[in-house]
Amino acid sequence: MSKLLVSPSPHIHSKDSTKSLMRDVIIALLPAVICSFVFYGWREILVMAVSVASCVLLEWAITKYMLKKPSTVGDLSAVITGILLAMNVPYTTPWWVIVIGSVVAIGVAKMTFGGIGQNIWNPALVGRVFLLVSFPTYMTTWSQPQGLFGADAVTGATPLGAIQEGLMQGATVQDIMAEHGYNYGQMLFANLGGSAGEVCALALLAGFVFLCARKVIKPWITLSIFATVALVSLVFWGINPARFTDPLFNLLTGGLVLGACFMATDYVTSPMSVWGGVVFGVGIGLLTVLIRYFGSYPEGVSFAILIMNSVVPLINMGFKQKKFGRK
Amino acid sequence: MSKHTFSIGGVHPHDNKISRECAIQPLPLAPSVYISVAQHIGAPSVPVVAVGDKVKVGQVVAEPGGFVGAFIHSSVSGTVKSIAPRADLAGRMATHIEIAVEGDEWLEGIDTSDTLVTAIPEDAKAIVDKIRLGGVVGLGGATFPTHVKLSPPPGSKCERVIINGCECEPYLTSDFRTLLEKGEQVVVGAALLQKAMGGVPCTIAIEENKPEAIAHIKDVIAKLGYSGIEVMVMKMMYPQGGEKQLIDAVMHRQVGSGALPISVGAVVQNVATALAVYDAVQKNKPIVDNSVTVTGECFPKQANLLVRVGTPLRYIVDYLGGVPENAVKIISGGPMMGRAVANLDAATVKGTGALLFLTEEQTKRAPESHCIRCGKCADACPMGLEPFLLNKLSQAKDTEALEANAAQDCIECGCCLYSCPAHIPLLDHIRVGKGFVMSAIRARAAAAKAAAEAAKAAADAKK
Repeated sequence: MSKLLVSPSPHIHSKDSTKSLMRDVIIALLPAVICSFVFYGWREILVMAVSVASCVLLEWAITKYMLKKPSTVGDLSAVITGILLAMNVPYTTPWWVIVIGSVVAIGVAKMTFGGIGQNIWNPALVGRVFLLVSFPTYMTTWSQPQGLFGADAVTGATPLGAIQEGLMQGATVQDIMAEHGYNYGQMLFANLGGSAGEVCALALLAGFVFLCARKVIKPWITLSIFATVALVSLVFWGINPARFTDPLFNLLTGGLVLGACFMATDYVTSPMSVWGGVVFGVGIGLLTVLIRYFGSYPEGVSFAILIMNSVVPLINMGFKQKKFGRK
Repeated sequence: MSKHTFSIGGVHPHDNKISRECAIQPLPLAPSVYISVAQHIGAPSVPVVAVGDKVKVGQVVAEPGGFVGAFIHSSVSGTVKSIAPRADLAGRMATHIEIAVEGDEWLEGIDTSDTLVTAIPEDAKAIVDKIRLGGVVGLGGATFPTHVKLSPPPGSKCERVIINGCECEPYLTSDFRTLLEKGEQVVVGAALLQKAMGGVPCTIAIEENKPEAIAHIKDVIAKLGYSGIEVMVMKMMYPQGGEKQLIDAVMHRQVGSGALPISVGAVVQNVATALAVYDAVQKNKPIVDNSVTVTGECFPKQANLLVRVGTPLRYIVDYLGGVPENAVKIISGGPMMGRAVANLDAATVKGTGALLFLTEEQTKRAPESHCIRCGKCADACPMGLEPFLLNKLSQAKDTEALEANAAQDCIECGCCLYSCPAHIPLLDHIRVGKGFVMSAIRARAAAAKAAAEAAKAAADAKK
């Protein structure tokens, strides 16, 4: 000892850091990532590699050459954006489309606002929606899972896409479901057409449970999304089962599980308080179902989350926790 | 048994009670002690001895400087060498009375035997007066004069005395050892406090990580047969020992902003204070010593020492083998709320409860990064505040918004800074912001007082 360190209390710190929290999110995503590799094969691995590499490289380059600040890629948040973006696009997406998605996600939606913690909208979702409206052909050509060493892709519609298309042709929901042979066990364990993030609900739920157990996130946002989607679709389905899909179908299809577990729970773009989170979740659930039933896109989770992201500051103002000893 | 805890926030630091097996040992007398006249909240005391005077242990050396003040007694016998400013542990100057130690002669009338005196005096006023004369202050950290706390303002009524045995700060074990080794005295002290407040019920709150102490105190209560004293087992949670948190946990009542515990009918005293109350009332022994935990993973010799007030910190450390090579920070108190020692030549005060040695790895703050709005600080805040917001407002010096968002309610427990994954020095900034609000509140009060006086003077002039 030569000099004594003098600083204000507290003198110790918990083990949590931004990096450790982000690492936990990555660990939680791993089961779903591995599933997607198994179901979709090497092309999905390529999509994932391009997405993660371009997100990380972009953030590094922007901080170093444009902002001239110490790099923030060490906090691993760009890795998560990369994984989520990859899980939100079909595995047949060309590499340069993914790179454009990364530019929008990291460059526009994240770094323009000042980097981690400053953005209003979930970067991966902004990237995804940008691609969806700019490259609808690539983004809506979904292919059936081919397995790790599968042959060429066989294209087909996602369940939600098939339903919307069928309804437009005047078929009933039951007819379309029977025609495609959809069943819920299959949806839970994957093997339906869709983006990587849509394929295995069970793997995603396992990651969600892990994050809650590690106290990285609280379950309320996710649970209120599930509850709202189930309840609202139950009402519509109860009124007209030929026109509207049932609650379980709505819970298991599209990116709902991925969105509810990993995108809506993003710290930066979700409310802080428990009740704020519930309001946020109910909003997402309601918008998702309404967009699916009445919108021109078959899928509504991305838009629902982005719309609710916009009102998070208002929710935060309206839902503060009770202060000790005050009314 | 169900476990009790407070209702908002809190954190779970590892408790690191590595000195829990160390029985309290008396520290040999230092060659000289330096007794500060400002070792309690309130007005500094006024020295009543002169250089050259011979004093005995327990003799008054300074008298209270006001109602909120305390007697200070010599902790040794010897000669007063100087009465002069001296740096405290933070380096701030305060008047200290230096006494060169000669022998160990106690003032007549002080019972230094180990005989347990269990008879409780009938007169509540007499008990409080003996506490005042014994120089008893709150030893849980705040060092608020105990007799003031025991004199509720007119119109308020005490409904329960709570003895705080939570010791929720990591590393500290002196209260735990006191409960184990001086359990009888603590329980008698509790009974005295009960009597002083008019025979109200008393709860001794102990956290679940001290099962031996819980069992022992239950035995002692049964053995001594006092009625209305119970042990409450608390869940481990920091800052449970905070006064407002403990009242919430025990009585399910929340003390309002800026209000005193007595406003909800509670009086809280720490375990060490209960022991001091016993000594003062039953043995005529003022506070001349207190137990100090000396600990830290890097410190080779864990200890709980009975230290005379005014002993230089360096003397304690040298007695145990000196400052370890890899220690970079010495803390007086616990790691969450203790104060970093800047000056090892500073002397202990009545409220010194621990010396903790931390290595660079244990205490180094990681570089600050962006807030990721995770809300962990708000979840951790036991006062229900929004530290991330107060942090921003403090830096913007927005006193009005700080007050509207209750910055003045901050108890500086450190939970926000402890839990922030972005390592933002939240509490550092909030302390500054709290300062803005407190001075605004004081300025308003002063202005209101001046206006009232001016109005009164004008009315008088009219007459």
